[in-house]
Amino acid sequence: MNDTVIVSGAEARLAGKKRDKAMLRRSKMKKIKQYRVLLLMMVPAIVYYVVFQYLPMYGVLLAFKDFKILKGIMGSPWVGLDLFRTIFHDDYFYTVLKNTLIISLYKLLFGFPVPIVFALLLSEVTNGKYKRVVQTVTYLPHFISWVVLAGIFFSFFSLEGPLNTIIRFFGGNPVLFLADAGYFRSILVITGIFQSFGWGSIIYFAALSNIDPQLYEAAIIDGAGRFKRMFYISIPMLVPIIAIMLILSMSGVLDAGFDQIFNMYNTQVYNVADIIDTYVYRKGIVEMSYSYATAVGLFKSVVALILIFIVNRIVKLIGGKDHALW
Amino acid sequence: MLNVKKTPADRLIDFVIYAVMAAIMLITLYPFWTQVVISLDGAGVDGAAYASGIVLLPSKLTFGSYKLAFKFDAIWNGYAYTVLRTVLGVLLSIVFTSITAYPLSKRDLPFNKYFTGMILFTMLFAGGTIPSYLLIKELHMMNTIWALVVPGMIGAFNVLIMRNFFRAIPEELEESARVDGAGYLRIFAQIILPLSKPVLATVALWVGVGHWNAWFDSLMYITDPNKQVLQVVLRKIIIQNDTSDITQIIQNIGKNTAYTGRQLQATIVMFSIIPMLAVYPFIQKYFVKGVMIGAIKG
Repeated sequence: MNDTVIVSGAEARLAGKKRDKAMLRRSKMKKIKQYRVLLLMMVPAIVYYVVFQYLPMYGVLLAFKDFKILKGIMGSPWVGLDLFRTIFHDDYFYTVLKNTLIISLYKLLFGFPVPIVFALLLSEVTNGKYKRVVQTVTYLPHFISWVVLAGIFFSFFSLEGPLNTIIRFFGGNPVLFLADAGYFRSILVITGIFQSFGWGSIIYFAALSNIDPQLYEAAIIDGAGRFKRMFYISIPMLVPIIAIMLILSMSGVLDAGFDQIFNMYNTQVYNVADIIDTYVYRKGIVEMSYSYATAVGLFKSVVALILIFIVNRIVKLIGGKDHALW
Repeated sequence: MLNVKKTPADRLIDFVIYAVMAAIMLITLYPFWTQVVISLDGAGVDGAAYASGIVLLPSKLTFGSYKLAFKFDAIWNGYAYTVLRTVLGVLLSIVFTSITAYPLSKRDLPFNKYFTGMILFTMLFAGGTIPSYLLIKELHMMNTIWALVVPGMIGAFNVLIMRNFFRAIPEELEESARVDGAGYLRIFAQIILPLSKPVLATVALWVGVGHWNAWFDSLMYITDPNKQVLQVVLRKIIIQNDTSDITQIIQNIGKNTAYTGRQLQATIVMFSIIPMLAVYPFIQKYFVKGVMIGAIKG
């Protein structure tokens, strides 16, 4: 008696599961039918993503092959990790890696605080019109390509440029700034700040304008001056967004700024300015060492991917789920 | 905010902040201003020294180098390709990004999670320069405008921004249209798109400026020197300092002209940024809006 109950119970559960599944499938089919027009609208995007985003990912296999252009990616022989072995024995690769890290850490160290300070100062400007003019002007360089900016800086740092004129005025010797390995990185950092500080301040500016004015009013009644208001209200309110922006920028630590460096560097400063991305371009496109350049690029992408996962973890721990990337 | 009387110390701080802001604006604008001055300087025409050093105003105003640059075909060629790619690129991007984002804005669209995941993953990982280059080569897109507009057509970030915007449109609007017998396509074209002008304009601007300033893809995918976009023409003249074309033109004109390469370089810089400077103040606020929309997580 008991046995039959159990058996029939199990059977019933099994049948129920089957029924549920069948129902789910039917409702899914119904949904697909209901949404067929929308699903058809997705077709171009799927084709696009498969061809232009995922096929290049498949092309990463080049890094493990001895690429023969006539044989294609599939036909070329596998070489396993040989190319990575070559890379890790290549002294120049370490120069490039070091340059990438140094330049991007310098940029982070000096460039990161600038938009924050700028946003704090600009938020003290009470005249709305003046504020808008300052914003419009400071955002401008962000919209000019690095080709043009590099051209402008060439003339700015040239022997007849304003900077050398000042040096001459004070009796110094003119310097060929952009061909001098001692100055090149500093110039990258400074011109990088020039291009991006205004635009970068938007996010902090938005955070500042979201602060409840009552906080400031209460502080004023309590007799807080503007410095106290800045230190005890504005800055603490910015801390979460600063933390998140800082962590996020860590994931780009292997992007030292291809556009900028590619347009500003020259053979005299390769030693201090050549970064992974510029190296990949020269090796791959110019010298046509496709497999080698792909392997170097893959190294960069994988490290970046790992960094993003770590960063997401840290953001979750610090800022809570709301700020995490996923 | 509370109206509190400003103390003299407050006024002083205000003054300092306003002055600092003015200085920052000057520093930002000065490098651009030097190009304006150098390009307009007419001193060389009289045999005097060209504008150099700390330039504030042209010693003698002349548009001579602009007249010369107008005769430079490569620039007009470059302009034509830049305009073409910008217009084509914006149109394709807007059409395909919006028809991608609309289905994804339906939370119970079958396979939504997979589609979104597929798109999001491309923000984290990409094949890289070389595989993309070989792909374009194998698709026989080298030396065509398609190599410049198709690879970046549907950006993951833009899809997300649009999807979130579409989601914020009240569902009742769509439901009532459906009761009246409208299908998804009709709803999309006649209700959703007209209501989404702000986000469409924002994305169009983003994509448009991106195309206007783009150069690397043209450098890689376009090997025909007559098909290069303006930025690559500029690069050749300014960065690679290849003024042979300019010299050629000067010789063709047959005038023993006083314009130096540097002055022509400055003029060509002005050529490329004048359109940007002209529209920028008017469109700048839309960009800011775009950043704000993008910053809202959804």
